[in-house]
Amino acid sequence: MYISALPREERQDRRPLLKRIAHAAEPYLYSAPALVLIAAVMLVPLIVGISYAFRDIQLLNPFSGGFVGLEHFRTLANDQAFYRALRNTLWWTGTSVFLQFALGLILALLLDKPFYGRGLAQALVFLPWAVPTFLAGLNWAWLFNPVIGPIPHWLHALGIMSEPHNILADPQLAMWGPIIANVWWGIPFFAITLLAALQAIPRDLYEAASIDGAGPVQRFMSITLPFLAPTIAITILLRTVWISNFADLIIVMTNGGPADRTQIVASYIFTQAFKRLDFGYASAIALVLLVLLLAYSMLIVLLRQTLLNKD
Amino acid sequence: MASIDIKSVRKNYGHFPVLHGVDLTIRDGEFIVLVGPSGCGKSTLLRMIAGLEEVTSGEIRIAGNRVNELAPKDRDIAMVFQSYALYPHMSVADNMSYSLKLRKTAKEKIASAVGNAASKLGLDPLLERRPKALSGGQRQRVAMGRAIVRQPKAFLFDEPLSNLDARLREQMRAEIKKLHADLKATSIYVTHDQIEAMTLADRIVAMHGGIVQQVGSPLELYDRPANLFVAGFIGSPGMNFLEGRYRLSGDHADVELVDGTLIPIAPRPSLEPGGRVTLGIRPEHVVMGGTAGMEASVDLVEPTGFGIILHLSLHDLPFKVFTLDRDALKAGPKVRVEFPGKHLHLFDEAGNRVE
Amino acid sequence: MTTRKILLIGAHRLAILAYIALALFPLFWLLKVSVTPNDLLYSEGVRMWPSRTTFEHFEFVLRHSAFPVFFRNSLIVSGATAVVVTILASLSGYALSRFSFRAKYWIVAIMLLTQMFPLVMLVAPIFKLLSPLELTNSLTGLVIVYSAFNVPFATFLMQSFFDGIPKDLEEAAMIDGATQFMAFRQIILPLTLPGIAATLGFVFTAAWSELLFALMLISGNDAATFPVGLLTFVSKFSVDFGQMMAAGVLALIPACLFFLLIQRYLVQGLTAGAVKG
Repeated sequence: MYISALPREERQDRRPLLKRIAHAAEPYLYSAPALVLIAAVMLVPLIVGISYAFRDIQLLNPFSGGFVGLEHFRTLANDQAFYRALRNTLWWTGTSVFLQFALGLILALLLDKPFYGRGLAQALVFLPWAVPTFLAGLNWAWLFNPVIGPIPHWLHALGIMSEPHNILADPQLAMWGPIIANVWWGIPFFAITLLAALQAIPRDLYEAASIDGAGPVQRFMSITLPFLAPTIAITILLRTVWISNFADLIIVMTNGGPADRTQIVASYIFTQAFKRLDFGYASAIALVLLVLLLAYSMLIVLLRQTLLNKD
Repeated sequence: MASIDIKSVRKNYGHFPVLHGVDLTIRDGEFIVLVGPSGCGKSTLLRMIAGLEEVTSGEIRIAGNRVNELAPKDRDIAMVFQSYALYPHMSVADNMSYSLKLRKTAKEKIASAVGNAASKLGLDPLLERRPKALSGGQRQRVAMGRAIVRQPKAFLFDEPLSNLDARLREQMRAEIKKLHADLKATSIYVTHDQIEAMTLADRIVAMHGGIVQQVGSPLELYDRPANLFVAGFIGSPGMNFLEGRYRLSGDHADVELVDGTLIPIAPRPSLEPGGRVTLGIRPEHVVMGGTAGMEASVDLVEPTGFGIILHLSLHDLPFKVFTLDRDALKAGPKVRVEFPGKHLHLFDEAGNRVE
Repeated sequence: MTTRKILLIGAHRLAILAYIALALFPLFWLLKVSVTPNDLLYSEGVRMWPSRTTFEHFEFVLRHSAFPVFFRNSLIVSGATAVVVTILASLSGYALSRFSFRAKYWIVAIMLLTQMFPLVMLVAPIFKLLSPLELTNSLTGLVIVYSAFNVPFATFLMQSFFDGIPKDLEEAAMIDGATQFMAFRQIILPLTLPGIAATLGFVFTAAWSELLFALMLISGNDAATFPVGLLTFVSKFSVDFGQMMAAGVLALIPACLFFLLIQRYLVQGLTAGAVKG
């Protein structure tokens, strides 16, 4: 039931004031507990965090706390580690999202049609999604470890590696470790979302297209893709933002090393806050990341608008 | 049981008006049917009486008490929904007793009320089932049972039969009528099906575009429709309309059709001679087979078993005739149609009935 | 035509099998190492299954380490978070699904915003805000933080479940004599049980996995959750792989149980929420 709380409609309401207020307040009462919690734990800290970016906040230094203006941002502008982290973030996010999406789409298409044992297959292939991320990270770190894991030995046997060593220790290859773990862990998310979108496509559309003489490829191009496009666009946008903030795997697997080769901005912020306890500088980096992500989101939304207007 | 008074009730959604001032008095024990095409505001009016929609302005009284500000639960009315809205997680008995439990009725009273309603509706063997295990007709009955256990001031029905197949609908229609004769409860029934309206109603309220077009007994609406909308909406197949001008010569009046044909009618003092009018005649009142009258070409012949519907072209406009005469099946490409004067309806330029 | 069809079906099944193998292999390896006796660990490094299995690692982890405490802490934190979030999200999801009110647009916007900004940004301020309240190094503090993080997504999830229940039902209940809140509790909530289960499972898994804030807010062993405990264990005794993986298998169990509970509803239920969140 929709209860509108417009005052215009209540002009001739003869209920006592208190009752009227209670009536109009009902939806707010339902949402208040959630909102209070979000405001207290997320919005207030967000604002405080933004203010930290302009202050000198060091946990172990009792004399810190003063305003430093744009000091942190000046330091940041000359921080080579930050620029490297920014480049690493692009590489980490782009590769992870692309592989998760491509493999997730294939999986969703494979699971779309009913076959014997589909329920079981679905439960098994989606299982990585339930694995806690820190465990996924540790698990893959172990798999890459030649002492305990099989992967270096397989690569050696295939002739790809001259001797079994740990790619996580190799500055050239280290980033592939967290990326592979991330792809393994993230495929189910894309597959679930895309599968649900696939199953929402009316089946008779495909039947009509077949009767009209469309082959499988034509059916995919003219029905499946257009129907999936909105889901794909929004999922990729949200996942891109999410993955660029996602530092767990990197912290667990490489801690940013070797030689900062796997340090992304999110893990850099965490290192500044957690290891160096320099909350002011960490907040300044976080603010820059937030601005970049907002800019990215706006860009995507604008791009979508122009594309839509073109049609 | 109670009377219901609706006084200049309006409803806006934002700035968009859906009901433009409805006035209606429903007597104690009366069966009122709100009928009209979808979007005419009939369901909105019903939901306002139930308390499910707020009243923008005006007043609704049940048994003399203003209910505008009362929550649905405090209005003491029962409603049967189009979807039945049975609680899927409760048994039939629990569905029927839920309202009594909420009112903290004594257990023995609940049992006897549910038992009575169930036997009245033939639900006794189904009481422990869940709604999922019932057929469409049985669900419909449970929805009715849920309404009658409470003995409310009024029953509201929101298109309760439209999810049933034709045969079952006919049967349930008769059962609702029997139930009303038995309980004598004030009832408001919303439907877009004019047959349901005609068969069930003490009085029909025909609505269109958020405005009440006519209130009256079923036969009043059939015999003397107040305007073109009611004339076209009530009756199946629908009334035929012919455009023309009103001609008066002495004490003799005619309608001159576009091709110049003169159709004699009783003089209407309120009409200006020469003004535009619409002539209406029901398909079942047209006389065929004579030598007089106008010639029309036959487009299509539809036998319904009971009678025959002929689709004709009269002055290149569609025109329908309903007849019980099987010879009409063998009608040639042309037929002659005559309009008996006592069955003619006349509407002025604004579309209102002229006597 | 028929041979082509058979080939296609074969390729399809092979592809599915490849995905299953990819998904399960890391977990299988975890299990394998956790039951491999120490003396065989290196000599039978790449064998698919050790020639002799043992539960000694599990026994050690359960008897002589702090892992049972971590496990208990994680269970308390994740369970409490799941319950708190599900209750709050049912209420707010119901408000979004059934009422139209002025602030609705803003509530949705705020909840979407919380899904967009980097949570690392909150690490420092939350630590600063919680320490004077003595909520750092406390399970209660973690429950509060995790609840707030998970409420927005859970709200969208519950909203999509409520949207699937016809409004007629609570209208019928209100005419039968219930207030809106009674209709919500007695009619709508029982019908949303699958959605509630999915939300519980989802939030439990999310809280069970959370690492960064646990690392930041918890320092002692007493209040450490499983991720923190395992990570400290790894950095301190990074040689005892058998024990670490036995602990890993233990950490996997609750998450997998909850996953099996909710996976039936994943495709139907998570879509709306997942796309929005």
